[in-house]
Amino acid sequence: MTATSRRIVLRALVLWGGLALLLVLPPAAALADQPFYLTLVTRMLIFAIAALSLDLILGYGAMVSFGHAAYLGVGAYAVGILAYHGVNAAWIQWPVAIVASALVAALIGLVSLRTSGVYFIMITLAFAQMLYFLGISLKIYGGDDGLTINARTDFGGVIDLASNVVLYYLVLAVLLGFLLLGQRLIASRFGMVIRGAKSNERRMRALGFPTVRYRLVAFVIAGTMCGVAGVLLANLTNFTSPAYMHWTRSGELMVMVILGGMGSLIGPIFGAFALLALEEVLSSYTQHWQFILGPVLILIVLFAKRGIYGLLGAARESAAAGPPAAGPPHG
Amino acid sequence: MAEALLEIAGLVKRFGGLLATDNLHLAVRAGEIHAVIGPNGAGKTTLVAQLQGELKPDAGTIRFAGADVTRLKPHQRAVRGIARSFQITSIFPDMSALDNVALAVQAHAGHSFGMWRSAATEAALRTPALAALEQVGLAERGHSVAAHLAHGEQRQLELAMALATRPQLLLLDEPMAGMGKEDAERMVRLIGGLKGSHTVLLVEHDMDAVFALADQITVLVYGRVLATGTPAAIRANAEVRRAYLGDEVAP
Ligand SMILES: Nc1ncnc2c1ncn2[C@@H]1O[C@H](COP(=O)(O)OP(=O)(O)OP(=O)(O)O)[C@@H](O)[C@H]1O
Ligand SMILES: [Mg+2]
Repeated sequence: MTATSRRIVLRALVLWGGLALLLVLPPAAALADQPFYLTLVTRMLIFAIAALSLDLILGYGAMVSFGHAAYLGVGAYAVGILAYHGVNAAWIQWPVAIVASALVAALIGLVSLRTSGVYFIMITLAFAQMLYFLGISLKIYGGDDGLTINARTDFGGVIDLASNVVLYYLVLAVLLGFLLLGQRLIASRFGMVIRGAKSNERRMRALGFPTVRYRLVAFVIAGTMCGVAGVLLANLTNFTSPAYMHWTRSGELMVMVILGGMGSLIGPIFGAFALLALEEVLSSYTQHWQFILGPVLILIVLFAKRGIYGLLGAARESAAAGPPAAGPPHG
Repeated sequence: MAEALLEIAGLVKRFGGLLATDNLHLAVRAGEIHAVIGPNGAGKTTLVAQLQGELKPDAGTIRFAGADVTRLKPHQRAVRGIARSFQITSIFPDMSALDNVALAVQAHAGHSFGMWRSAATEAALRTPALAALEQVGLAERGHSVAAHLAHGEQRQLELAMALATRPQLLLLDEPMAGMGKEDAERMVRLIGGLKGSHTVLLVEHDMDAVFALADQITVLVYGRVLATGTPAAIRANAEVRRAYLGDEVAP
């Protein structure tokens, strides 16, 4: 067997094996009487959704959004505020959360996509911080302390989210659904435009593409997906708080994407699991776990440039090699 | 005489104190190859960039196919049929040659908001893309990553991308730059083959190529038109020979 085909087999084993493990986790956790693990993995899956949505624009479109956690907050607050007013019905909560995150993403995108590079990073960060402070200022909804949610989203008896197991499978289904959607999107005409604009925007314009328009749509799709992650997070924790939108959260999402492997959609899932697991393990040893986490992350990124998923030999095998096209001598 | 496909009137572009385009008038008729020549820094690329829309002129108008396009953005002009190949090769280095051209086809095949169907299996994109690769002699290289192509092949690829948009007007900025003799000859044959079916504005330093290909030649010096005319007239023009051609093309 050649090295490449060995890697393909290894990759398939890891992916399908991982999925099988995820599918049997709830009964296994119940048997072992370790409900804690169910909650932990649900949380990992939710952040995997958020990281995957960020990868869509960061990895494929080079849109370095440093405020992606804002949509986690918008989704979570949509659930929290509606629940506070006694509205728990899924058919209201979900559409409201989705529309709200899409609108917020459209607004942020409209302004930030006029810029690029460091300015884009700073503007997306600034918008997210504005929402963070807005959350703090909403005193009736708990302000700084956050807002406790009394009941989970009500699916009218079809799906009973009061059960942690049901919530777990819902989260897993959403992640797999978004993964499929994302993969179709990346390979579609739309995805080609997003990737082309990352590769050479000037060329895209010269070919006839209004690149900003396409980028904006991608930005809104990613924000909306992350908003759904926020809805799920609020349901898991029965709580929403401005902390969901803090810039460190946005930074964590970015770390998950880079750590797992940018531009692969699957990589960020690994990244989310790895980062949250590291946090969990390190924080059980010491309060100052962040001082250990930093160097560990740097090492991983240094030695696995294409992230954890890259170690499995995945993600753009053909295109990754080789230097960019060298220009001819001028004049 | 039929109206020209491209009509430039009173075009001015300043970079600070430098007049890169100085009250320029120029007309290009449909189907002709119109060469623009001139020394380094004469303002040839600046002119091309204004025609394509990347640079905004300070004054003057550009009429294309009977409409004023002076204020249109690059992508709007591209959709109307203006294609540009850059002096410094501009392709998608991380994509396959075929994907490069397929994207060019896609730009002129309706909107690109389709998010479900795989673009790589769309015959409406792949077939014309392959045809354009074939036209420039790159059919065998379709699956190579563009960054791995030789310099000459990359220039050919860029031309294939321009052709794949089915342009009315091709703006070619030194398509032979940095090419070996063989590649350059192939490029001359290729551009010559476009005569009649395409309108070409050709910026080129290689005088053999220019005189072999052009129907009309415009000589640019310091952003101004020094002379416009047939190759024979330009060759005979004393002022042009003094300013630019020198002894290079002595009769
Ligand atoms: N963006 C810019 N800002 C300032 N000056 C510029 C800019 N672009 C071009 N110039 C100047 O304008 C003049 C014309 O440049 P241009 O690139 O159009 O010349 P060219 O005829 O294409 O030359 P070459 O044969 O070397 O390609 C030059 O003096 C150049 O330095
Ligand atoms: Mg030039």
